[in-house]
Amino acid sequence: MFTRGLKRKCVGHEEDMEGALAGLKTVSSYSLQRQSLLDMSLVKLQLCHMLVEPNLCRSVLIANTVRQIQEEMTQDGTWRSVTPQEAGRAPLDRLVSTEILCRSAWEQEGARPAPGLGDGHVQGPVSDLCPVTSAQAPRHPQSGIWELDGPREDRGGFHKSLDQIFETLETKNPGCMEELFSDVDSPYYDLDTVLTGMVGGARPGPCEGLEGLAPATPGPSSSCKSDLGELDHVVEILVET
Amino acid sequence: QSGAFGGGCMSGGGNDIQWCFSQVKGAVDDDVAEADIISTVEFNHSGELLATGDKGGRVVIFQQEQENKIQSHSRGEYNVYSTFQSHEPEFDYLKSLEIEEKINKIRWLPQKNAAQFLLSTNDKTIKLWKISERDKRPEGYNLKEEDGRYRDPTTVTTLRVPVFRPMDLMVEASPRRIFANAHTYHINSISINSDYETYLSADDLRINLWHLEITDRSFNIVDIKPANMEELTEVITAAEFHPNSCNTFVYSSSKGTIRLCDMRASALCDRHSKLFEEPEDPSNRSFFSEIISSISDVKFSHSGRYMMTRDYLSVKIWDLNMENRPVETYQVHEYLRSKLCSLYENDCIFDKFECCWNGSDSVVMTGSYNNFFRMFDRNTKRDITLEASRENNKPRTVLKPRKVCASGKRKKDEISVDSLDFNKKILHTAWHPKENIIAVATTNNLYIFQDKVN
Repeated sequence: MFTRGLKRKCVGHEEDMEGALAGLKTVSSYSLQRQSLLDMSLVKLQLCHMLVEPNLCRSVLIANTVRQIQEEMTQDGTWRSVTPQEAGRAPLDRLVSTEILCRSAWEQEGARPAPGLGDGHVQGPVSDLCPVTSAQAPRHPQSGIWELDGPREDRGGFHKSLDQIFETLETKNPGCMEELFSDVDSPYYDLDTVLTGMVGGARPGPCEGLEGLAPATPGPSSSCKSDLGELDHVVEILVET
Repeated sequence: QSGAFGGGCMSGGGNDIQWCFSQVKGAVDDDVAEADIISTVEFNHSGELLATGDKGGRVVIFQQEQENKIQSHSRGEYNVYSTFQSHEPEFDYLKSLEIEEKINKIRWLPQKNAAQFLLSTNDKTIKLWKISERDKRPEGYNLKEEDGRYRDPTTVTTLRVPVFRPMDLMVEASPRRIFANAHTYHINSISINSDYETYLSADDLRINLWHLEITDRSFNIVDIKPANMEELTEVITAAEFHPNSCNTFVYSSSKGTIRLCDMRASALCDRHSKLFEEPEDPSNRSFFSEIISSISDVKFSHSGRYMMTRDYLSVKIWDLNMENRPVETYQVHEYLRSKLCSLYENDCIFDKFECCWNGSDSVVMTGSYNNFFRMFDRNTKRDITLEASRENNKPRTVLKPRKVCASGKRKKDEISVDSLDFNKKILHTAWHPKENIIAVATTNNLYIFQDKVN
C-alpha cells in the first residue's frame, strides 16, 4: 500500500519537473549513497550486538557515524522510516560508487538536496508511516551496552535490521532448535545469547580491594529496569513474528 | 650512530641508511593458523631480547647472538631463547562469554639481576613473568641416584656434598604475579612507570594503576564511563607513562584527542592537565572523519619531550608544550582517503596500526597494507616505503623502496592502489633501542631488518 503510494507520487513528481530531472538525479544519487551507508552501518551494529562481547571502540565509532548521518538527514528534511517492503533488499547491493561519499563537504555542496526540494517529495509517505512505527515501537528495540539517540522515526531503520535477524531465526527448521540451544560454542543464533547481548551491559568492576573473585553482579538500577522492559519488547516481537 | 637517513629515491652513500633483510621467523606457507597471528612485538631495554605475543596466547622470546668481533659484517642474529604459554582461553561464567587468550601487549621491565621480567596481557588479565637461565645443576647427592631414584640406605657408606656442574642452557619462564579481575572492558595498553615499581593498564573506559608486588588491589586513575551507557561516544584507545616523569601519563581516545594527566593533581585523574587536539580541517570533512581520527597508538619519544600518535591515515608528532596542534604530521597512505567507504565496508578502517621511534628519536616507523611499512626521518623530512616479503630474503640484500601509484599512469615498479592486498597488514613494528635493527610483524611472520654494515 505504502509502496504503491510512493511510486505514484514519484512518477507524478518527475512528470511535473522535467527540467530539474538531472538535478534531482544528482541529488538522489548522494541521498542514495548516504542511505546505503546508513544501512550498512546499521547492519554492522546489528552484527556487533549479536556478538556476545562486541568490540566497544568499533561499536562506538559506527554508532557515531549513524548519528551523524541521521543528523544530516534530519536537517535536510529527508529523514524517513524505511518501509517494510524495502527490508528484504540487501543494503550492500545499494552501495554504488564509493567515491562520492568520500568527497569533502565542500565538493558535495552542489549535490546535496536542498531542504525544500526533498520535503515535498517524501512528506506524504513519512506522515503515513509515522503512526505505524511509533505504535509498534514505543522504545528502541535495540539495547545492549548502549543505544542511539535520535528522533523516534529512526525506529524504522532498526526495525528493518532487527526483522532481518528474526527472520533468520524463524527460518531455521525445527530440527535445528535443539542444536541451537545445546551448542554453547555458536552464540550467533543462540537466542539466550542474543537476548543477553541486548540486555546485558557491562557489569561494574570495582577496582579497589578486589579479592580475586568473579566480578560483582550489578544492583538494581533504572537502566536495568529499562533493559528488562526492552527484553519484554524483543520477546514480544519474536512471538508476534 | 648515524642520525641521517637515506630516502629511497637517492642512491645510498655517505651516511644514508640502507635497510637489509636479516631474518624471518614463522611458517612459510600462506595458510595462516589463527593461533600464529602475531599480536605484539617488543624489544627489551638493551635490545638483546625481542619478544612476540600471538593470538594463541604464546610468547616467543628471541635472543641476539653476541657479535663475533672478528666477523663483523653483520650484527648478531636473533634466535629463539624461550617459548611459553602466557595466557589460556578462559570462560566467564557470569557473562557467558569466552575471554580470548590473545596477547595484546608485552612490556619489558629493565633488568635488575640475572633474570628478565616482562608483563604480558590479554583482554582481562596481566601477568608478570620471570625468565631465568639455568646452566648448572647440582650433582652428587648422598641419598639419590642421578636419575632421582632413592638409593638403598644400606649402600650409603660415604658422605659427600653435591656440587654444581655445567649443563645445557635451560631457559625457564615462570609466572610471578597475576593481576586479574580489575577490568570490565578489554585491556588495550600496559605501561611501566619510570619508578619501575608501578604500572598502568588501560581498557576502553578505565585506567588502573598497579604496584608490581601487589595483585589483589589496583587504583582506578581514569574513568570515562558515563553514568548512562547510552551516552557513550568516546573510548580510550591507548595509554602510556612518561619515560622520565613518574607522575605523568597520557591516554588517547577514539575521537582523536590525547589527554596528559598528572597523578599528583588528584586521585582520580578525570580532569586532564593538558588536552592535545588538532582542529578539524573543514575541507576534508566526511562521514568517516571521526573514524579516521581515532588514535590507534601513542608513544612518547625516548627523550620525553615529544609524543607520537597514529591515526588511520597519518602519524603526528606532538610537542608536550603545545596542545593545539602537532608539530609534525606525516601521511602514511593518503591514497586511501578516496577509498574510505570501501575500507569501512570491509572493516579495514578499524585496523589499529602501531608506531615506534628509533633510539635517537630522529626517525619514526609505522606499518601499512600490502606488507608495506613506512619510515619518516624527522630531520631530513625524507620518507621511505619498504616491503616485508620473503622475496627479498637473502641476507644482506638491500631492500628496494616501494611506491604506490595513487592515480593516473602507473610507472614501472609502482603498484596501483587497487592492487594492494588489504589482508596483508603490518600492525606491529619495533625498533631496537640502540641500533638500526627493526622487527616488523606481518600476519604470522616476524621480519628482522638491519642497516647495511660495511
